[in-house]
Amino acid sequence: MTWADLSLIAPELALAAAACAALLQDAWATGPALESRSRGPAAAWIALGGVCAALLLLGVRPAGAAQVGFAGMYVRDGITRVVDLAALAAAGLGVMLSPPYLERFRLPAGEYHALLLLSTAGAMLMGASRNLVLLFLGLEMLSFPLYVLAALARRSRRSQEAGLKYLLLGAFATAFFVYGVALVYGASGTADLSRLGRAPDVPLLHAGVAFLVIGLGFEAALVPFHAWAPDVYEGAPMPATAFMSVIAKVGAFAGLLRLFPQALPQLAPAWGQMLAAIAVATMILGNLAALAQSNVKRLLAYSGVAHAGYILIGIASGGPAGSSAVLYYLLVYVAMNLGAFGVLLLLERRGEEADRVEDLAGLLGRAPWAAVVLAACMVSLAGLPPTAGFIAKLYLFRAALQDHRVALALVGALTSVVSVYYYLRVASVALSAGAADAVAVRHSRFAGVGLALAAAGVLWLGIVPGAITALVQQAVQALR
Amino acid sequence: MSVPAPYYLGLSAVLFTLGMAGVLVRRSALIVFMSVELMLNAVNLTLVTFARLRGAVDGQVLVFFVLVVAAVEVVIGLAIIVDIFRSRDTVDVDDVDLLRG
Repeated sequence: MTWADLSLIAPELALAAAACAALLQDAWATGPALESRSRGPAAAWIALGGVCAALLLLGVRPAGAAQVGFAGMYVRDGITRVVDLAALAAAGLGVMLSPPYLERFRLPAGEYHALLLLSTAGAMLMGASRNLVLLFLGLEMLSFPLYVLAALARRSRRSQEAGLKYLLLGAFATAFFVYGVALVYGASGTADLSRLGRAPDVPLLHAGVAFLVIGLGFEAALVPFHAWAPDVYEGAPMPATAFMSVIAKVGAFAGLLRLFPQALPQLAPAWGQMLAAIAVATMILGNLAALAQSNVKRLLAYSGVAHAGYILIGIASGGPAGSSAVLYYLLVYVAMNLGAFGVLLLLERRGEEADRVEDLAGLLGRAPWAAVVLAACMVSLAGLPPTAGFIAKLYLFRAALQDHRVALALVGALTSVVSVYYYLRVASVALSAGAADAVAVRHSRFAGVGLALAAAGVLWLGIVPGAITALVQQAVQALR
Repeated sequence: MSVPAPYYLGLSAVLFTLGMAGVLVRRSALIVFMSVELMLNAVNLTLVTFARLRGAVDGQVLVFFVLVVAAVEVVIGLAIIVDIFRSRDTVDVDDVDLLRG
Protein backbone atom coordinates (compact mmCIF):
# COMPACT_ATOMS: atom_id res chain seq x y z
CA MET A 1 0.00 0.00 0.00
CA THR A 2 1.48 3.31 -1.08
CA TRP A 3 0.46 6.96 -0.93
CA ALA A 4 -0.76 6.66 -4.51
CA ASP A 5 -3.10 3.86 -3.44
CA LEU A 6 -4.40 5.91 -0.54
CA SER A 7 -5.01 8.96 -2.69
CA LEU A 8 -6.99 6.70 -5.03
CA ILE A 9 -9.51 5.84 -2.30
CA ALA A 10 -9.59 9.38 -0.89
CA PRO A 11 -13.40 9.74 -1.27
CA GLU A 12 -14.02 6.48 0.61
CA LEU A 13 -11.54 7.55 3.29
CA ALA A 14 -13.37 10.86 3.71
CA LEU A 15 -16.62 8.99 4.31
CA ALA A 16 -15.03 6.61 6.81
CA ALA A 17 -13.44 9.53 8.69
CA ALA A 18 -16.78 11.32 8.84
CA ALA A 19 -18.44 8.12 10.11
CA CYS A 20 -15.89 7.89 12.94
CA ALA A 21 -16.36 11.58 13.72
CA ALA A 22 -20.15 11.16 13.89
CA LEU A 23 -19.80 8.21 16.30
CA LEU A 24 -17.30 10.08 18.49
CA GLN A 25 -19.51 13.16 18.58
CA ASP A 26 -22.39 10.91 19.64
CA ALA A 27 -20.31 9.36 22.42
CA TRP A 28 -19.17 12.82 23.55
CA ALA A 29 -22.71 14.20 23.67
CA THR A 30 -24.10 11.11 25.42
CA GLY A 31 -21.52 10.93 28.19
CA PRO A 32 -22.02 8.11 30.71
CA ALA A 33 -25.73 7.54 29.89
CA LEU A 34 -26.72 4.16 28.45
CA GLU A 35 -28.90 5.39 25.62
CA SER A 36 -27.65 7.78 22.99
CA ARG A 37 -28.85 11.31 23.72
CA SER A 38 -27.51 13.05 20.69
CA ARG A 39 -30.60 14.19 18.82
CA GLY A 40 -29.34 17.50 17.53
CA PRO A 41 -28.27 18.19 13.99
CA ALA A 42 -24.53 17.90 14.78
CA ALA A 43 -24.23 14.35 13.42
CA ALA A 44 -26.12 15.33 10.28
CA TRP A 45 -23.74 18.24 9.67
CA ILE A 46 -20.71 15.99 10.17
CA ALA A 47 -22.14 13.43 7.74
CA LEU A 48 -22.97 16.13 5.22
CA GLY A 49 -19.44 17.47 5.56
CA GLY A 50 -18.07 14.00 4.82
CA VAL A 51 -20.24 13.63 1.73
CA CYS A 52 -19.26 17.09 0.45
CA ALA A 53 -15.56 16.34 1.05
CA ALA A 54 -15.89 13.08 -0.87
CA LEU A 55 -17.64 14.88 -3.74
CA LEU A 56 -14.86 17.48 -3.83
CA LEU A 57 -12.15 14.78 -3.84
CA LEU A 58 -14.06 13.10 -6.67
CA GLY A 59 -14.28 16.37 -8.56
CA VAL A 60 -10.61 17.42 -8.32
CA ARG A 61 -9.41 14.15 -9.87
CA PRO A 62 -9.00 14.56 -13.64
CA ALA A 63 -11.40 12.37 -15.61
CA GLY A 64 -8.66 10.83 -17.67
CA ALA A 65 -7.42 7.31 -18.09
CA ALA A 66 -8.26 4.56 -15.62
CA GLN A 67 -6.01 4.38 -12.56
CA VAL A 68 -5.41 1.05 -10.88
CA GLY A 69 -4.22 0.57 -7.31
CA PHE A 70 -3.92 -1.92 -4.46
CA ALA A 71 -2.12 -4.53 -6.55
CA GLY A 72 -4.71 -4.35 -9.32
CA MET A 73 -7.72 -4.80 -7.03
CA TYR A 74 -9.10 -1.29 -7.19
CA VAL A 75 -9.78 0.70 -10.35
CA ARG A 76 -10.84 4.32 -10.64
CA ASP A 77 -12.29 4.87 -14.11
CA GLY A 78 -15.37 6.40 -15.69
CA ILE A 79 -17.73 3.78 -14.22
CA THR A 80 -16.28 4.31 -10.74
CA ARG A 81 -16.87 8.01 -11.15
CA VAL A 82 -20.56 7.72 -12.01
CA VAL A 83 -21.23 5.04 -9.38
CA ASP A 84 -19.52 7.23 -6.76
CA LEU A 85 -21.65 10.15 -7.86
CA ALA A 86 -24.86 8.10 -7.49
CA ALA A 87 -23.82 6.68 -4.10
CA LEU A 88 -22.81 10.10 -2.76
CA ALA A 89 -26.05 11.63 -4.01
CA ALA A 90 -27.95 8.90 -2.16
CA ALA A 91 -25.95 9.54 1.00
CA GLY A 92 -26.33 13.33 0.78
CA LEU A 93 -30.09 13.17 0.24
CA GLY A 94 -30.45 10.45 2.88
CA VAL A 95 -28.70 12.69 5.42
CA MET A 96 -30.67 15.81 4.52
CA LEU A 97 -34.12 14.22 4.50
CA SER A 98 -33.95 12.35 7.82
CA PRO A 99 -33.29 14.82 10.73
CA PRO A 100 -36.98 15.64 11.41
CA TYR A 101 -37.83 11.93 11.53
CA LEU A 102 -34.84 10.97 13.68
CA GLU A 103 -35.76 13.69 16.17
CA ARG A 104 -39.44 12.80 16.33
CA PHE A 105 -38.94 9.05 16.74
CA ARG A 106 -35.87 9.36 18.99
CA LEU A 107 -33.51 7.30 16.88
CA PRO A 108 -29.77 7.54 17.62
CA ALA A 109 -28.55 10.13 15.14
CA GLY A 110 -24.84 9.38 15.51
CA GLU A 111 -25.23 5.69 14.72
CA TYR A 112 -27.65 6.35 11.89
CA HIS A 113 -25.27 8.71 10.11
CA ALA A 114 -22.16 6.60 10.72
CA LEU A 115 -23.85 3.48 9.32
CA LEU A 116 -25.20 5.40 6.36
CA LEU A 117 -21.72 6.68 5.44
CA LEU A 118 -20.07 3.26 5.80
CA SER A 119 -22.71 1.66 3.63
CA THR A 120 -22.12 4.33 0.99
CA ALA A 121 -18.40 3.58 1.04
CA GLY A 122 -19.24 -0.11 0.49
CA ALA A 123 -21.31 0.69 -2.60
CA MET A 124 -18.45 2.85 -3.92
CA LEU A 125 -15.98 0.00 -3.41
CA MET A 126 -18.25 -2.33 -5.38
CA GLY A 127 -18.26 0.15 -8.24
CA ALA A 128 -14.45 0.32 -8.14
CA SER A 129 -13.71 -3.40 -7.84
CA ARG A 130 -11.39 -5.07 -10.30
CA ASN A 131 -11.16 -8.25 -8.23
CA LEU A 132 -13.80 -10.61 -6.87
CA VAL A 133 -12.33 -10.23 -3.38
CA LEU A 134 -12.94 -6.49 -3.38
CA LEU A 135 -16.39 -7.03 -4.88
CA PHE A 136 -17.18 -9.40 -2.00
CA LEU A 137 -15.84 -7.01 0.63
CA GLY A 138 -17.71 -4.09 -0.92
CA LEU A 139 -20.93 -6.11 -0.93
CA GLU A 140 -20.52 -6.94 2.77
CA MET A 141 -19.54 -3.39 3.68
CA LEU A 142 -22.66 -2.23 1.88
CA SER A 143 -25.06 -4.70 3.45
CA PHE A 144 -23.91 -5.03 7.09
CA PRO A 145 -24.72 -1.39 7.95
CA LEU A 146 -28.05 -1.84 6.19
CA TYR A 147 -28.96 -4.80 8.47
CA VAL A 148 -28.27 -2.63 11.50
CA LEU A 149 -30.13 0.34 10.01
CA ALA A 150 -33.19 -1.88 9.43
CA ALA A 151 -33.16 -2.84 13.12
CA LEU A 152 -32.24 0.65 14.36
CA ALA A 153 -35.53 1.27 16.19
CA ARG A 154 -34.56 -1.28 18.85
CA ARG A 155 -37.80 -1.10 20.83
CA SER A 156 -40.01 -1.57 17.80
CA ARG A 157 -40.93 -5.18 17.12
CA ARG A 158 -41.47 -4.48 13.45
CA SER A 159 -38.03 -2.95 13.10
CA GLN A 160 -36.40 -5.90 14.90
CA GLU A 161 -38.23 -8.29 12.62
CA ALA A 162 -37.11 -6.37 9.54
CA GLY A 163 -33.52 -6.51 10.76
CA LEU A 164 -33.65 -10.26 11.47
CA LYS A 165 -35.24 -11.12 8.12
CA TYR A 166 -32.82 -8.95 6.20
CA LEU A 167 -29.84 -10.36 8.09
CA LEU A 168 -30.74 -14.05 7.80
CA LEU A 169 -31.67 -13.89 4.12
CA GLY A 170 -28.74 -11.59 3.41
CA ALA A 171 -26.28 -13.94 5.10
CA PHE A 172 -27.79 -16.83 3.13
CA ALA A 173 -27.28 -14.92 -0.14
CA THR A 174 -23.75 -13.95 0.94
CA ALA A 175 -22.86 -17.63 1.37
CA PHE A 176 -23.93 -18.26 -2.23
CA PHE A 177 -21.93 -15.26 -3.40
CA VAL A 178 -18.67 -16.45 -1.80
CA TYR A 179 -19.25 -19.98 -3.05
CA GLY A 180 -19.53 -18.39 -6.48
CA VAL A 181 -16.24 -16.57 -5.90
CA ALA A 182 -14.61 -19.87 -4.88
CA LEU A 183 -15.92 -21.73 -7.93
CA VAL A 184 -14.91 -18.98 -10.36
CA TYR A 185 -11.48 -18.95 -8.74
CA GLY A 186 -11.28 -22.72 -9.10
CA ALA A 187 -12.36 -22.63 -12.74
CA SER A 188 -10.13 -19.78 -13.87
CA GLY A 189 -7.29 -19.76 -11.33
CA THR A 190 -7.73 -16.06 -10.70
CA ALA A 191 -10.05 -13.73 -8.86
CA ASP A 192 -8.91 -10.82 -11.03
CA LEU A 193 -11.89 -9.56 -13.04
CA SER A 194 -9.67 -8.23 -15.82
CA ARG A 195 -8.28 -11.73 -16.43
CA LEU A 196 -11.59 -13.61 -16.29
CA GLY A 197 -12.17 -12.79 -19.96
CA ARG A 198 -9.49 -15.33 -20.89
CA ALA A 199 -10.84 -18.05 -18.59
CA PRO A 200 -11.67 -21.40 -20.22
CA ASP A 201 -15.38 -21.94 -20.81
CA VAL A 202 -15.95 -24.82 -18.40
CA PRO A 203 -19.17 -25.78 -16.51
CA LEU A 204 -17.52 -24.85 -13.20
CA LEU A 205 -17.19 -21.23 -14.37
CA HIS A 206 -20.89 -21.11 -15.27
CA ALA A 207 -21.87 -22.59 -11.90
CA GLY A 208 -19.72 -19.99 -10.14
CA VAL A 209 -21.24 -17.14 -12.13
CA ALA A 210 -24.75 -18.43 -11.32
CA PHE A 211 -23.94 -18.26 -7.60
CA LEU A 212 -22.54 -14.73 -8.00
CA VAL A 213 -25.80 -13.70 -9.66
CA ILE A 214 -27.76 -15.05 -6.67
CA GLY A 215 -25.72 -12.89 -4.28
CA LEU A 216 -26.00 -9.71 -6.33
CA GLY A 217 -29.60 -10.44 -7.33
CA PHE A 218 -30.56 -10.61 -3.67
CA GLU A 219 -29.09 -7.18 -2.98
CA ALA A 220 -30.80 -5.72 -6.06
CA ALA A 221 -34.12 -7.48 -5.17
CA LEU A 222 -34.44 -9.34 -8.47
CA VAL A 223 -37.14 -12.02 -8.79
CA PRO A 224 -36.87 -14.76 -7.42
CA PHE A 225 -34.55 -13.29 -4.75
CA HIS A 226 -36.85 -10.39 -3.85
CA ALA A 227 -38.90 -11.99 -1.04
CA TRP A 228 -37.19 -9.95 1.68
CA ALA A 229 -37.86 -6.55 0.12
CA PRO A 230 -41.52 -5.82 1.02
CA ASP A 231 -41.21 -6.98 4.65
CA VAL A 232 -37.89 -5.25 5.30
CA TYR A 233 -39.03 -2.03 3.62
CA GLU A 234 -42.21 -2.00 5.69
CA GLY A 235 -40.64 -2.83 9.04
CA ALA A 236 -37.48 -0.73 8.90
CA PRO A 237 -37.57 2.90 10.10
CA MET A 238 -38.49 5.03 7.12
CA PRO A 239 -35.17 6.93 6.69
CA ALA A 240 -33.40 3.56 6.64
CA THR A 241 -35.90 2.22 4.10
CA ALA A 242 -35.41 5.28 1.90
CA PHE A 243 -31.64 5.02 1.94
CA MET A 244 -31.43 1.24 1.52
CA SER A 245 -33.89 1.31 -1.36
CA VAL A 246 -31.40 3.25 -3.45
CA ILE A 247 -27.94 2.37 -2.13
CA ALA A 248 -28.47 -1.40 -2.40
CA LYS A 249 -29.46 -0.99 -6.06
CA VAL A 250 -26.49 1.28 -6.80
CA GLY A 251 -24.05 -1.22 -5.29
CA ALA A 252 -25.60 -4.35 -6.75
CA PHE A 253 -25.86 -3.00 -10.28
CA ALA A 254 -22.36 -1.57 -10.10
CA GLY A 255 -21.24 -5.11 -9.24
CA LEU A 256 -23.26 -6.63 -12.10
CA LEU A 257 -21.76 -4.06 -14.50
CA ARG A 258 -18.26 -4.96 -13.39
CA LEU A 259 -19.07 -8.65 -13.74
CA PHE A 260 -21.02 -9.01 -16.97
CA PRO A 261 -20.41 -6.44 -19.65
CA GLN A 262 -16.88 -5.80 -18.43
CA ALA A 263 -15.30 -9.01 -17.13
CA LEU A 264 -17.19 -11.77 -18.92
CA PRO A 265 -18.12 -10.55 -22.41
CA GLN A 266 -17.33 -14.01 -23.78
CA LEU A 267 -20.24 -15.47 -21.81
CA ALA A 268 -22.71 -12.92 -23.22
CA PRO A 269 -24.63 -15.37 -25.44
CA ALA A 270 -25.33 -17.73 -22.54
CA TRP A 271 -25.87 -15.10 -19.85
CA GLY A 272 -27.80 -12.55 -21.89
CA GLN A 273 -30.72 -14.98 -22.19
CA MET A 274 -30.65 -15.87 -18.51
CA LEU A 275 -30.52 -12.25 -17.34
CA ALA A 276 -33.23 -11.28 -19.81
CA ALA A 277 -35.51 -13.98 -18.37
CA ILE A 278 -34.87 -12.71 -14.83
CA ALA A 279 -35.55 -9.14 -15.99
CA VAL A 280 -38.89 -10.12 -17.56
CA ALA A 281 -40.01 -12.02 -14.43
CA THR A 282 -38.90 -9.14 -12.19
CA MET A 283 -40.70 -6.46 -14.17
CA ILE A 284 -43.95 -8.42 -14.40
CA LEU A 285 -44.07 -9.60 -10.80
CA GLY A 286 -42.92 -6.29 -9.29
CA ASN A 287 -45.48 -4.23 -11.14
CA LEU A 288 -48.41 -6.61 -10.64
CA ALA A 289 -47.72 -6.97 -6.91
CA ALA A 290 -47.44 -3.19 -6.51
CA LEU A 291 -50.94 -2.75 -7.92
CA ALA A 292 -52.53 -4.37 -4.86
CA GLN A 293 -50.66 -2.43 -2.13
CA SER A 294 -52.30 0.10 0.18
CA ASN A 295 -49.17 0.73 2.25
CA VAL A 296 -46.88 3.22 0.53
CA LYS A 297 -43.70 1.59 1.87
CA ARG A 298 -44.73 -1.80 0.50
CA LEU A 299 -45.83 -0.14 -2.74
CA LEU A 300 -42.42 1.46 -3.11
CA ALA A 301 -40.79 -1.88 -2.22
CA TYR A 302 -42.50 -3.63 -5.13
CA SER A 303 -41.83 -0.59 -7.28
CA GLY A 304 -38.16 -1.03 -6.35
CA VAL A 305 -38.36 -4.67 -7.47
CA ALA A 306 -39.90 -3.55 -10.77
CA HIS A 307 -37.19 -0.93 -11.30
CA ALA A 308 -34.50 -3.54 -10.63
CA GLY A 309 -36.05 -5.43 -13.55
CA TYR A 310 -35.84 -2.36 -15.80
CA ILE A 311 -32.19 -1.74 -14.90
CA LEU A 312 -31.35 -5.39 -15.57
CA ILE A 313 -32.46 -4.82 -19.18
CA GLY A 314 -29.32 -2.73 -19.58
CA ILE A 315 -27.05 -5.42 -18.09
CA ALA A 316 -28.65 -8.14 -20.25
CA SER A 317 -28.23 -6.02 -23.38
CA GLY A 318 -24.61 -5.39 -22.49
CA GLY A 319 -22.22 -3.29 -24.53
CA PRO A 320 -21.63 0.43 -24.16
CA ALA A 321 -25.28 1.33 -24.83
CA GLY A 322 -26.66 -0.98 -22.15
CA SER A 323 -24.00 -0.08 -19.60
CA SER A 324 -24.39 3.67 -20.03
CA ALA A 325 -28.18 3.28 -19.76
CA VAL A 326 -27.72 1.41 -16.45
CA LEU A 327 -25.51 4.18 -15.06
CA TYR A 328 -27.96 6.88 -16.15
CA TYR A 329 -30.88 5.00 -14.62
CA LEU A 330 -29.08 4.61 -11.30
CA LEU A 331 -28.55 8.38 -11.03
CA VAL A 332 -32.18 9.05 -11.91
CA TYR A 333 -33.47 6.37 -9.54
CA VAL A 334 -31.58 7.89 -6.60
CA ALA A 335 -33.19 11.29 -7.18
CA MET A 336 -36.75 10.14 -7.81
CA ASN A 337 -37.02 7.44 -5.16
CA LEU A 338 -35.46 9.55 -2.41
CA GLY A 339 -37.69 12.46 -3.45
CA ALA A 340 -40.78 10.28 -2.97
CA PHE A 341 -39.58 8.91 0.38
CA GLY A 342 -38.52 12.40 1.48
CA VAL A 343 -42.11 13.65 1.34
CA LEU A 344 -43.35 10.63 3.34
CA LEU A 345 -40.67 11.34 5.96
CA LEU A 346 -42.30 14.71 6.70
CA LEU A 347 -45.63 13.11 7.61
CA GLU A 348 -46.70 11.59 10.90
CA ARG A 349 -49.93 9.90 11.94
CA ARG A 350 -50.54 9.96 15.73
CA GLY A 351 -46.98 9.19 16.69
CA GLU A 352 -46.48 6.64 13.93
CA GLU A 353 -45.22 6.70 10.40
CA ALA A 354 -47.85 7.84 7.93
CA ASP A 355 -47.35 5.00 5.49
CA ARG A 356 -50.87 4.40 4.14
CA VAL A 357 -51.90 5.82 0.80
CA GLU A 358 -54.93 7.58 2.34
CA ASP A 359 -52.66 9.43 4.81
CA LEU A 360 -51.52 11.52 1.87
CA ALA A 361 -55.00 12.95 1.25
CA GLY A 362 -55.14 16.73 1.15
CA LEU A 363 -51.38 17.16 1.20
CA LEU A 364 -51.68 19.86 -1.46
CA GLY A 365 -53.61 22.13 0.91
CA ARG A 366 -51.16 21.82 3.81
CA ALA A 367 -47.77 21.44 2.19
CA PRO A 368 -48.20 22.42 -1.46
CA TRP A 369 -44.51 22.13 -2.34
CA ALA A 370 -44.19 18.67 -0.82
CA ALA A 371 -47.26 17.52 -2.73
CA VAL A 372 -45.85 18.84 -6.00
CA VAL A 373 -42.48 17.16 -5.39
CA LEU A 374 -44.24 13.87 -4.59
CA ALA A 375 -46.33 14.11 -7.76
CA ALA A 376 -43.24 14.88 -9.86
CA CYS A 377 -41.36 11.89 -8.41
CA MET A 378 -44.35 9.58 -9.00
CA VAL A 379 -44.63 10.76 -12.61
CA SER A 380 -40.90 10.11 -13.00
CA LEU A 381 -41.13 6.64 -11.42
CA ALA A 382 -43.95 5.85 -13.84
CA GLY A 383 -41.65 6.94 -16.68
CA LEU A 384 -43.70 9.77 -18.18
CA PRO A 385 -42.21 12.84 -19.86
CA PRO A 386 -40.96 15.48 -19.13
CA THR A 387 -39.28 13.84 -16.15
CA ALA A 388 -36.01 11.96 -15.84
CA GLY A 389 -37.71 8.57 -15.54
CA PHE A 390 -38.86 8.84 -19.14
CA ILE A 391 -35.40 9.56 -20.57
CA ALA A 392 -33.82 6.84 -18.44
CA LYS A 393 -36.29 4.20 -19.64
CA LEU A 394 -35.87 5.41 -23.20
CA TYR A 395 -32.12 4.75 -23.02
CA LEU A 396 -32.70 1.26 -21.58
CA PHE A 397 -35.27 0.25 -24.19
CA ARG A 398 -33.09 1.66 -26.96
CA ALA A 399 -30.16 -0.43 -25.71
CA ALA A 400 -32.40 -3.53 -25.72
CA LEU A 401 -33.54 -2.85 -29.29
CA GLN A 402 -29.95 -2.27 -30.47
CA ASP A 403 -29.10 -5.70 -29.07
CA HIS A 404 -32.15 -7.19 -30.88
CA ARG A 405 -33.98 -7.98 -27.67
CA VAL A 406 -37.39 -6.76 -28.82
CA ALA A 407 -39.32 -8.86 -26.28
CA LEU A 408 -37.39 -7.27 -23.43
CA ALA A 409 -38.17 -3.72 -24.59
CA LEU A 410 -41.79 -4.69 -25.21
CA VAL A 411 -42.32 -6.18 -21.73
CA GLY A 412 -40.59 -3.12 -20.25
CA ALA A 413 -42.90 -0.73 -22.09
CA LEU A 414 -46.07 -2.69 -21.28
CA THR A 415 -45.28 -3.06 -17.57
CA SER A 416 -44.50 0.67 -17.45
CA VAL A 417 -48.03 1.31 -18.66
CA VAL A 418 -49.35 -0.88 -15.82
CA SER A 419 -47.19 1.01 -13.33
CA VAL A 420 -48.75 4.35 -14.33
CA TYR A 421 -51.92 3.25 -12.52
CA TYR A 422 -50.46 2.77 -9.06
CA TYR A 423 -48.01 5.68 -9.18
CA LEU A 424 -50.65 8.13 -10.33
CA ARG A 425 -53.08 6.81 -7.70
CA VAL A 426 -50.61 7.98 -5.03
CA ALA A 427 -50.07 11.29 -6.82
CA SER A 428 -53.79 11.94 -7.24
CA VAL A 429 -54.49 11.23 -3.55
CA ALA A 430 -51.75 13.69 -2.59
CA LEU A 431 -53.16 16.33 -4.94
CA SER A 432 -56.80 15.76 -3.95
CA ALA A 433 -58.91 17.91 -1.66
CA GLY A 434 -59.99 16.82 1.81
CA ALA A 435 -57.64 16.05 4.65
CA ALA A 436 -56.71 13.14 6.86
CA ASP A 437 -56.91 15.06 10.16
CA ALA A 438 -54.82 12.58 12.14
CA VAL A 439 -51.84 13.26 9.90
CA ALA A 440 -49.46 16.06 10.82
CA VAL A 441 -46.90 17.60 8.49
CA ARG A 442 -43.55 18.58 9.96
CA HIS A 443 -41.66 21.41 8.36
CA SER A 444 -37.90 21.38 8.27
CA ARG A 445 -35.57 23.63 6.32
CA PHE A 446 -32.94 20.89 6.10
CA ALA A 447 -35.38 18.40 4.58
CA GLY A 448 -36.83 21.14 2.38
CA VAL A 449 -33.48 21.75 0.75
CA GLY A 450 -33.06 17.98 0.25
CA LEU A 451 -36.47 17.71 -1.41
CA ALA A 452 -35.71 20.68 -3.63
CA LEU A 453 -32.45 19.07 -4.73
CA ALA A 454 -34.18 15.74 -5.48
CA ALA A 455 -36.93 17.47 -7.47
CA ALA A 456 -34.38 19.57 -9.33
CA GLY A 457 -32.50 16.39 -10.22
CA VAL A 458 -35.67 14.70 -11.50
CA LEU A 459 -36.53 17.66 -13.73
CA TRP A 460 -32.99 18.53 -14.80
CA LEU A 461 -32.16 14.97 -15.88
CA GLY A 462 -35.49 14.85 -17.71
CA ILE A 463 -35.45 18.17 -19.57
CA VAL A 464 -31.73 18.74 -20.29
CA PRO A 465 -30.18 15.26 -20.11
CA GLY A 466 -27.22 16.25 -22.34
CA ALA A 467 -24.48 16.78 -19.76
CA ILE A 468 -25.11 13.60 -17.77
CA THR A 469 -25.64 11.56 -20.93
CA ALA A 470 -22.22 12.67 -22.11
CA LEU A 471 -20.77 11.74 -18.71
CA VAL A 472 -22.16 8.18 -18.72
CA GLN A 473 -21.24 7.61 -22.37
CA GLN A 474 -17.70 8.73 -21.66
CA ALA A 475 -17.67 6.39 -18.65
CA VAL A 476 -18.26 3.26 -20.72
CA GLN A 477 -15.90 4.11 -23.57
CA ALA A 478 -13.44 1.50 -22.34
CA LEU A 479 -16.03 -1.21 -23.08
CA ARG A 480 -15.96 -0.58 -26.81
CA MET B 1 -0.82 -41.14 0.96
CA SER B 2 -2.89 -37.98 0.67
CA VAL B 3 -6.57 -37.71 -0.10
CA PRO B 4 -7.17 -36.51 -3.70
CA ALA B 5 -8.59 -33.03 -4.21
CA PRO B 6 -12.00 -34.01 -5.67
CA TYR B 7 -12.88 -35.61 -2.34
CA TYR B 8 -12.35 -32.28 -0.58
CA LEU B 9 -14.46 -30.49 -3.17
CA GLY B 10 -17.18 -33.12 -2.80
CA LEU B 11 -17.09 -32.81 0.98
CA SER B 12 -17.38 -29.05 0.84
CA ALA B 13 -20.31 -29.31 -1.58
CA VAL B 14 -22.02 -31.72 0.81
CA LEU B 15 -21.38 -29.38 3.77
CA PHE B 16 -22.69 -26.42 1.77
CA THR B 17 -25.86 -28.35 0.92
CA LEU B 18 -26.33 -29.39 4.54
CA GLY B 19 -26.03 -25.77 5.61
CA MET B 20 -28.53 -24.75 2.95
CA ALA B 21 -30.98 -27.39 4.11
CA GLY B 22 -30.49 -26.20 7.69
CA VAL B 23 -31.37 -22.61 6.76
CA LEU B 24 -34.47 -23.77 4.92
CA VAL B 25 -35.92 -26.23 7.45
CA ARG B 26 -34.78 -25.19 10.96
CA ARG B 27 -36.96 -22.73 12.85
CA SER B 28 -34.69 -21.36 15.55
CA ALA B 29 -32.93 -18.19 14.44
CA LEU B 30 -29.76 -19.39 16.19
CA ILE B 31 -29.65 -22.69 14.33
CA VAL B 32 -30.38 -20.94 11.04
CA PHE B 33 -27.43 -18.73 11.81
CA MET B 34 -25.19 -21.70 12.55
CA SER B 35 -26.23 -23.25 9.26
CA VAL B 36 -25.10 -20.11 7.42
CA GLU B 37 -21.75 -20.38 9.20
CA LEU B 38 -21.53 -24.00 8.01
CA MET B 39 -22.07 -22.81 4.44
CA LEU B 40 -19.31 -20.22 4.80
CA ASN B 41 -16.90 -22.81 6.18
CA ALA B 42 -17.73 -25.14 3.30
CA VAL B 43 -16.72 -22.28 1.00
CA ASN B 44 -13.44 -21.92 2.91
CA LEU B 45 -12.68 -25.59 2.35
CA THR B 46 -13.34 -25.15 -1.38
CA LEU B 47 -11.05 -22.14 -1.52
CA VAL B 48 -8.19 -23.86 0.27
CA THR B 49 -8.51 -26.92 -1.97
CA PHE B 50 -8.41 -24.87 -5.16
CA ALA B 51 -5.51 -22.81 -3.85
CA ARG B 52 -3.59 -25.99 -3.10
CA LEU B 53 -4.47 -27.53 -6.48
CA ARG B 54 -3.19 -24.48 -8.32
CA GLY B 55 -0.24 -23.91 -6.02
CA ALA B 56 -1.29 -20.28 -5.49
CA VAL B 57 -1.82 -18.46 -2.22
CA ASP B 58 -4.51 -15.98 -3.22
CA GLY B 59 -7.27 -18.50 -2.50
CA GLN B 60 -5.89 -18.98 1.00
CA VAL B 61 -5.78 -15.21 1.51
CA LEU B 62 -9.43 -15.04 0.53
CA VAL B 63 -10.23 -17.49 3.34
CA PHE B 64 -9.12 -14.89 5.89
CA PHE B 65 -11.48 -12.33 4.42
CA VAL B 66 -14.35 -14.82 4.58
CA LEU B 67 -13.52 -15.61 8.22
CA VAL B 68 -13.54 -11.93 9.19
CA VAL B 69 -16.80 -11.31 7.36
CA ALA B 70 -18.38 -14.33 9.07
CA ALA B 71 -17.28 -13.00 12.47
CA VAL B 72 -18.80 -9.58 11.78
CA GLU B 73 -21.99 -11.25 10.64
CA VAL B 74 -22.21 -13.15 13.93
CA VAL B 75 -21.75 -9.95 15.93
CA ILE B 76 -24.57 -8.16 14.14
CA GLY B 77 -26.78 -11.24 14.06
CA LEU B 78 -26.50 -12.02 17.76
CA ALA B 79 -27.17 -8.37 18.65
CA ILE B 80 -30.41 -8.43 16.68
CA ILE B 81 -31.39 -11.86 18.02
CA VAL B 82 -30.81 -10.72 21.63
CA ASP B 83 -33.03 -7.68 21.02
CA ILE B 84 -35.74 -9.94 19.64
CA PHE B 85 -35.46 -12.34 22.57
CA ARG B 86 -35.83 -9.46 25.03
CA SER B 87 -39.08 -8.28 23.51
CA ARG B 88 -40.66 -11.63 22.63
CA ASP B 89 -39.01 -14.33 24.75
CA THR B 90 -38.53 -16.49 21.66
CA VAL B 91 -36.13 -16.72 18.75
CA ASP B 92 -38.37 -18.97 16.65
CA VAL B 93 -38.50 -17.46 13.18
CA ASP B 94 -42.10 -18.63 12.77
CA ASP B 95 -43.18 -16.42 15.68
CA VAL B 96 -41.56 -13.36 14.14
CA ASP B 97 -44.30 -12.65 11.64
CA LEU B 98 -45.78 -9.18 12.09
CA LEU B 99 -44.90 -8.17 8.55
CA ARG B 100 -47.10 -9.85 5.98
CA GLY B 101 -49.07 -8.96 2.93
